[in-house]
Amino acid sequence: MLTLASVSYRYAGATRPSLRDVTLELADGEVLGVVGASEAGKSTLCLVASGLAPRTIGGTLVGRVLLDGEDTAGRPMHAVATEVAIGFQNPGTQLSGVATTVYEEVAFGPMNLGVPRPEVLRRTETALDALAIGELASRDPDRLSGGQQQLVAIAGLLALAPRHLVLDEPTAQLDPAGTRLVSVAIGRLAAAGTSILLAEQKTDLLAAVCGRVVALADGGIVMEGAAGTLLADPRLAELGVAPPSAVRLEHAARSVSAAAAASVARSIGAVGE
Amino acid sequence: MTDFLALEDVVHVYRETGVRALDGVTLRIGAGELVAIIGQNGSGKSTLVRHLDGLLRPTSGRVLLDGRDIGSMSVARLARVVGLVFQDPDRQIFAGSVRAEVEYGPRNLGMRGDRLRDAVAGALDAVGLEGEAKSNPYDLGASRRKLLALASILAMQTPALVLDEPTTGQDARGVERIRRVVQAAHAVGRTVIGISHDMRFVAETFERVVVMRTGRIIADGTPDEVYAAAGWETLASTFLEPPLAARVGAHLGLGATPTEERLLGALRNAAQ
Repeated sequence: MLTLASVSYRYAGATRPSLRDVTLELADGEVLGVVGASEAGKSTLCLVASGLAPRTIGGTLVGRVLLDGEDTAGRPMHAVATEVAIGFQNPGTQLSGVATTVYEEVAFGPMNLGVPRPEVLRRTETALDALAIGELASRDPDRLSGGQQQLVAIAGLLALAPRHLVLDEPTAQLDPAGTRLVSVAIGRLAAAGTSILLAEQKTDLLAAVCGRVVALADGGIVMEGAAGTLLADPRLAELGVAPPSAVRLEHAARSVSAAAAASVARSIGAVGE
Repeated sequence: MTDFLALEDVVHVYRETGVRALDGVTLRIGAGELVAIIGQNGSGKSTLVRHLDGLLRPTSGRVLLDGRDIGSMSVARLARVVGLVFQDPDRQIFAGSVRAEVEYGPRNLGMRGDRLRDAVAGALDAVGLEGEAKSNPYDLGASRRKLLALASILAMQTPALVLDEPTTGQDARGVERIRRVVQAAHAVGRTVIGISHDMRFVAETFERVVVMRTGRIIADGTPDEVYAAAGWETLASTFLEPPLAARVGAHLGLGATPTEERLLGALRNAAQ
């Protein structure tokens, strides 16, 4: 379990905090979604939850970040990193830069953790399969398209099989098929007990994989609830978050007539959203 | 009429990897067109647009500007015509302040004085960064750095604007802002070419949609045509699916409804 208890965080040199009094609990096997407008604090929350802020990037943290109830203050980054993995928004930030093939890149994380070789190979191949990038295995990660790099970065995280996984807009550069593969992979990881914190603009993805969602505004949690309820809440749009397509369409159809809304709702069910 | 930009049977093989990213692409774009390019990751979209400003040169085939082969034109010369905004703003941003970043392009094109000032102010205004002129670009969040990269190309006032995945990482307001920027550029006659995976953004913003798969163009038409039920199989072959509004419209027998607005219009008509 990963817990943030009344956490505020201010970047080095910043005059005001980017995260304000955030309390949240991420249970084993839970997928918790994070929504919010740009600069509402989603990426900062990811950095704090992963332990990179303030450990690696500096800044000032107030409050406590706990792993299985134990305060992580004072634990070095490498000790936290074995428990919590993070996927950055930009795959260029994520990739190691030292691997010459996609296969090596995906194997890099578990190799570094000293996972036995046969297990590294098994995890690497499973991760490549899960994201349908097996055919890229011998390619140079630096010479892939943006979307392909993002899939490789996520495969590297799957191969780590972390207990906790923090994902900052993991599908920003992905096509709909890639997004669906990531969605399925997240579901599988969670079913195996990994807890996942997922910051996303794509509320369609959150609706598909999250049990609970929190909404951030100006660095604080302003809404929290079951994914189905929260993502249908009209206040979401006021926060600058686009509701899932299905919610938007049903809502818009209501402005035509109740009958139109009902037929759109039935139709959405039929076309598989 | 001569096409403004044209690719003629362009093949591009990346020398380092041997990957055939473009496999015989022919595409004609008229001045002032508003064109989206869609297709699965790795289908050749970014490779294609990098041929338009000479950053990449065809392995075979030709790229034409106003009917003339650009093979002998320098990237510097093409930069006056085609402004390309990269997918990753951090590959573009280098200056110490937002204003300096946006000034760099137009200054290099020879703009000075009031004209330069107006170009910079107009571009910052268009993306909503007018209050950040003195900020360090890296004090902006990722989504606003992306808007800054867009502003720095807008300020060059090139006849053509090419946007590689302009909406990634943007919230609802950011996407809306980019839609307005694109449509404003189109309204004053600039040619706009955008790559996107956001099918709703594409349907609501662009007039023509080009679909790519493994280095080839497999469909080319209006959003109505490309997202119509008859085209779904083609879209699926490059791992895309039409916007939900189009799928619901087809399921309800309302015809082509690529956008929510069109779906609502069709629902209203059906109710009358």
